[in-house]
Order: sequence, then structure tokens, then C-alpha cells
Amino acid sequence: MHMLLKDRVGEQVLLLGNEAIARGALEAGVALAAAYPGTPSSEIALQFFQISQESDLYFEYSANEKVALEVAAGAAMCGLKTMVTMKHVGLNVASDALMTLAYTGIVGSLVLVVADDPFMFSSQNEQDSRWYGKLSGLPILEPSTVAEAKDMAAYAFELSEELKLPVILRTTTRINHSSGMVTLGRLLPRVTRGQFEKNPFAYVCIPAVSRNLHPRLLDKMARATDVADNSPWNRIEGDGAWGIVCNGVSYGYVSDALDKLGIGDRFRVLRVGFSHPFPEQLTRRFLEGCEKALVVEEGEPYLQEAVRNCAQRSGLMLPIQGKGEGLFSRLYELDPAIVTKVVAAFFQQPYTPAVPIRIDDLPEAPARPPNLCPGCPHRATYVAVREVFGDEAIYPTDIGCYTLGLLPPLNMGDFLIAMGAGVGTAGGFARATGRRVVAFIGDSTFFHSGLSPLASAVYNQHDFLVVVLDNGTTGMTGHQPHPGVDLGHLNLPRKPISIEAVVKGLGVENVLTVNPFHYRKTVEAVRQLADCRGVSVLIAQAGCPLYDRTLPGFRKRRPFHVKPYKCRNHQVCTTKLACPAFFVHDGRVEIDPDRCTGCALCAQICPEKAIAAISGKEVDR
Amino acid sequence: MKTARIMIVAVGGQGNILAARVLGEAAAAAGVTPRMSEFHGMAQRGGVVESMVLLGEGKGYCIADGTADVLLGFEPAETIRAAKKCGPQTVVVSNTAPQPPFTVAMGKARYPRIDSALAALASRVKRLVAFDATALALTAGSPLSMNMVMLGGLVQTGVLPIPADVFRRVIAEKTKPAFVAMNLQAFDLGMCAAEQGVVPKGGGVDA
Repeated sequence: MHMLLKDRVGEQVLLLGNEAIARGALEAGVALAAAYPGTPSSEIALQFFQISQESDLYFEYSANEKVALEVAAGAAMCGLKTMVTMKHVGLNVASDALMTLAYTGIVGSLVLVVADDPFMFSSQNEQDSRWYGKLSGLPILEPSTVAEAKDMAAYAFELSEELKLPVILRTTTRINHSSGMVTLGRLLPRVTRGQFEKNPFAYVCIPAVSRNLHPRLLDKMARATDVADNSPWNRIEGDGAWGIVCNGVSYGYVSDALDKLGIGDRFRVLRVGFSHPFPEQLTRRFLEGCEKALVVEEGEPYLQEAVRNCAQRSGLMLPIQGKGEGLFSRLYELDPAIVTKVVAAFFQQPYTPAVPIRIDDLPEAPARPPNLCPGCPHRATYVAVREVFGDEAIYPTDIGCYTLGLLPPLNMGDFLIAMGAGVGTAGGFARATGRRVVAFIGDSTFFHSGLSPLASAVYNQHDFLVVVLDNGTTGMTGHQPHPGVDLGHLNLPRKPISIEAVVKGLGVENVLTVNPFHYRKTVEAVRQLADCRGVSVLIAQAGCPLYDRTLPGFRKRRPFHVKPYKCRNHQVCTTKLACPAFFVHDGRVEIDPDRCTGCALCAQICPEKAIAAISGKEVDR
Repeated sequence: MKTARIMIVAVGGQGNILAARVLGEAAAAAGVTPRMSEFHGMAQRGGVVESMVLLGEGKGYCIADGTADVLLGFEPAETIRAAKKCGPQTVVVSNTAPQPPFTVAMGKARYPRIDSALAALASRVKRLVAFDATALALTAGSPLSMNMVMLGGLVQTGVLPIPADVFRRVIAEKTKPAFVAMNLQAFDLGMCAAEQGVVPKGGGVDA
């Protein structure tokens, strides 16, 4: 039985933040969940995917976050308890549906988990998703600990049901990927069937309907403000004259800082866990009798603006600071030392920070840049495309493992902003420059956001080549399925959708599919398409080696080695491919047989044909 | 209990996350509240993996520079990279077996002289124990058990309020059944190595 399905009420267990969120949803009786994976949210969906295979929970990996939200919205309109999970930039994709779903509201419950990534451990930006609360009018809950993440996830369903609104549970990486002790609660039974009561004049958002729905949303926000003002998630600790307002993980840093400084009795702390609508009455009570206040939050000055607004409306003149002015930065993460230092400085308290040992004379540790894996098919495709186009073409790229192709010696990546934007921007690059443009997109990204820019480019007669790097899985986030993936080995009947058929269906006439490990054939295919005008598509199809080895029937291929008597040490293999299975020993290239997957790409590149599979009986590992 | 801050650094694939999990579970079993955070952005693709484990009092999930009580380094260059987490109070337990990054393997970057670097580090922290944990893991049966060797080394230093038997119980319960015997042997080899300061090969330092 899945660990999160154990009905041991009161037991304390060590859970990852993302496991805790999934458990909270299960305790609330979630019946349907949907997601598109994205760090740091992915492990929530993983729990649901596993649990759906041994229970009546319905879960799906949807093609993108907007679809995931829409699936959940449909089910929530029929009264079900639903959850949808995504990373922060995924909410940008889902936001179109979310803005108007806030107008219709929902019948059952819908909890949207959005995981922000301050410092951008694994993301293209560090946007602060709390602004989506203001933009949409929807409630936002923000846990400070792993235990709270579980309890808040469960409470979010109650709140959603009470207000008949989607509720946003907003986390940051340091909650999602932290672990802590969690007390298990009772698992409510799932209600997996609902009813839809038709009511087009409340649910079909034509202008006349929406003009009635917007005031209704404002009424719900007013009710939500009352709830926030009285919510146990918003609480005042202490009654000193110095105020600190904080949220999320910064609450832990503040709490530890006051302990460390030993002046906790001089403070009052307002911990905001229900942050939108903002608890204005509570904050007014907090600020009255406060000499000065410091707002401690990662990211944007969201709380700071709200607290200042509240003070202004209450006629309070105390200094309220947070971001800038020599205090906190809007950049990256906070940590205990930063928070302690700023608290001490703002309240003019003595503080001697911990001094790290001297390290300037220690040797520098060599960088460990992430790299495409040994046997990664993307490397093979990149090398073939580079052989044809060199540095002449412009290479817009996309989100996934293959973004790592930007690193030397591959140097295949000139512009990257968002899912699907490689294909979208390619048309602009080609129109503006008249140069050859080759856009890269992965298979999962293709289904996520690649279809509409491709259709648009075909129709508008753009001129570029799209290379679909099809490794048969969502590689970067941990091998989740997408609409092109067969799940027969999990006994999940799915009919994979052919990317080639989709591309042809969208009107692309010049389409070739190759196995990129057949190097010469791939180069020939690229050359052939390079001569075509209009939008052409190359589908480079070979499995992700990390995923393949998890599939039933996988057998490791024989690793390759360099024959020293044939090798003339051109090192073309290493300078062109940068495969991490290679190493240089005494000036000669060698291959680590444990890391080599036997993909044979290097053997096809070597001018002396000095690389070959290790002979002898098949190596079976 | 006063907070104990344990920083674990490793290269992707060395089992950092599992080691942190075992440490957290052992703490919980011994009645000490664990809080942990992990960072493994692109670890499967050769990157660095960091775990921060905080035991006892407090609420934060993060270890600031200079404040680690223990630095547990599964790879010596990673121990050096994380040295800024150390203060004079820190106990360092480091593997001495290098796993050079690809750039070094290709001759494009230099791998530091580990013995002198660890010796310099040893002179600035409370105590440094270093041994070839990878070799011990091979003795136990697989390089994959190196993380358990390192946990053994950590436990032997006595900085944690958790008895070794609690670790053994957690290893038996929480690691894959097929690897339990090997993991337990690896853990005990790590304890012995740290106790004797014995260095099987590769040069070591016990300051």
C-alpha cells in the first residue's frame, strides 16, 4: 500500500513537503487531480500518479497546466474535490482559464498548488506568484513548515468549498523540497461521481453574464477577507513594541533570529499564512501600539505594500520597511543569517554574525556543470544539425534537458524564454534576419505548447526548420508520461499520439523522422530539409537512456572502447561530443565502460574508426 | 535539544538524499525532531546535491554560512567547495576518493590537491576525519553503499545524540531489502574507519 494511504491517525511520520501536500489532499478526500510536472512541484503529482494505480483516485498528467486546471475545473463544477499542481511558470499558462474560473466559481472544491522557485534552482525566472491572488481575486494560503503544508492543503479544500472559489496553495522550493515531521490525520472517503446542474446564466461567461459574476466575485472576496482576519493561519505572537510581519519560510528564519538575538520579548510577530485577501483588521490591531515594523518576505514586496496600505487607511504613521533601503533584496532566497542581520540592523541590536573559516586560500573546487548524459540522443541530434548549419543558423531552443545543448562544445541554444517559445520565436528570427533558423523542442514540450505556434507558422508561411527532440518521455522532471508515451508496462492502456502524424496534420509537408544515433542518415536528413523552403520538421527519435533502463526487458548494450593502436589522438570524439563517459588519461582518450551506454555515436564520428564495442560476450549489468 | 546543523554535500548519484533520509528517520526514532531540505537541480546530469539536516530546536530549514556543526562530504572537492559552511565549531567528515567532474576528466579544468586542501581545512575546524569511503563501500559490496559508510563515520564522531543502533535499525527498515546487509556492513566499516583514523588508501587526514 502506498505510504500516504496509511490510515494511522495521530502517527508522526517524516515527509517531504510535496508528500505532505499530497497527504493533506488525501485527508480532505480529493477525488480528482491533474498536473503537468515542473520543479519544485513534481513530487506531488508523482504521489497521485502512484496512488491512482491502487485506488479510485483519478489522476492524469495533462498536456499542460492549463488543461490540467480545466480538467479539474470541469470535475469541480460537478461537485468533486479536485487538486491541480504546477510550478510557478505553469500558472502563467493556466492563468487564462483561472481568471474567469474565479468569476464562475466552482461547486465542489478546487485547490491549485503553485510552487515558486526563489533563486531559480531549476527555473527560468523567479516570479512571485502571490500577485496572482490580486490578479484573480482568489484566496492564497502559504505554509511556513512541512507540517503546515499538509494541514493547509487539507484546509484549502474546506475554504474552497465554503467560498465556492478555487484556492491557491502557494509554496516555495524550500517547502516543497524540505522534510519534516507530520502528524497524520483521518483520510476522508473519496466521492468520485458528481452531478452537473446546468445554469448557463451563471456559468457561460458571455459579457452579460460576467457583468453579474464580477460583483459576485467581489462579494466573495469580502467574505474571504473576514475569513482571513479570523483565520488561525494568521496569528500574532508576542506583544512587544517592535513589529515583524512575515510569511512562508521567512517565519522560521524570524523565529530563529529572535531566539538567537535573545530579545524575543520586545517583539510582536504577525505570521501571515492566509495572505490574500489580506487580513486588514488583524494587521491594524497588530500595528496599533507598534513603534516600527519590518516586513520579512522572499521575492516581491507583496506583504510590505499590503501592510503599508493598511497603516495608511488606519492613520498610522509608524515606519514600515522591508525591501530595499539597505534591508532585504527582492532577489533570490533569504537565509537565517540574512534575516538575523537585517532584524538586528533595523532594530539597532548588537549582533555578531557567525564567521565562516578562512577559505580564500583553499584550492578552488572545479565546476560541475550539468551535462547531457552519456548516451543522450539529444547530443547526437545537435552534432548532426551543427554539422550542416554550423554557427550560421540561429537556434531558438526550449525548456527541458536539451536546453543543456547551449553549453560548449555543442553551443546549440541562442534564445530561451518559455515552453513552446522556441517554435514561436523562430518565425520572428527568420522574418527579421532572413537567416536560417532551427528551433528545437522536446516531445513533452511539443504537446504542452508546440502545436499552436507550429500551426501558426505553417499558415503564415514562415521559413524555418523545427527539430523535435523526441526521447519518449518528460526527461528533465523525472520521466512523466505525455500524450506520445505508451504506458503498457504499467498496465495503463494509452494509445500514444504520433508526433509525425500531428505535424503532417498541421500542414507541414516536409517531415522526416530519424534515429539520431544513425549519424550519417541524420546528417543527410538535415541537409535534405535545409534545402526546403517553408516550415519543415525533423523528428529525432531515440529513447532517454535514463528512462529506457527503467523499462521492462531493458538490456544494457555493450560499452565501447578506444583501440589505442588505431587512435591517432585527434580527440574529435571529445571536442565535438563532450560525452561524460570519456576521460583523458596520460594525454590519451579513454571511455569509462560503466558510464558508456553503447550508443555508438562516437564510433561514427571517429576519423580513424578507432572506437568500437568491447568484444566478447554481451555485458549484462 | 540545542539545534545541530548537518550539511551533506555530494555528487549526483552518490546517495546523498537517502543518507539524509536515514539520518532524519534515525533522529525521529531517537526522539529528536528533524528538519531537512535538499537541492538536486540537475543532479542526474552530473551536478552537485546538497542536503541540510537540522536536528532539535528551531524552525528554519536552512544552514547559513559558517554555522554548520557537521560537514559531511561524500566527495573531497565537494567538501572543499562547501567549506564556507564551516566555522571553528565544525566537525568535518570527508570521503577522500575523488570523482572528478567531466571538465577535469577532459583535461580542461584542474582537480585540486586533496590532501593539502583537507589538511588546511583541518587546521581551521574543530575536527576533521577523512578516509577513503569509496574503497570501504567496495569492501562492503558496492560503491553505492558509500553513503552508509559516511553515515557510519558521522555517527562515530559522537556529535549526534543518536546511538548507532538506532541507525542500524533505520537502515534495516528504510533501505532496499536486497541491500540491507551490505548497507549495515558499510555503516560499520565507516564507524571503524572514523574511529581508527585508518585510511585504506588514497591518503587521509585526522586532525
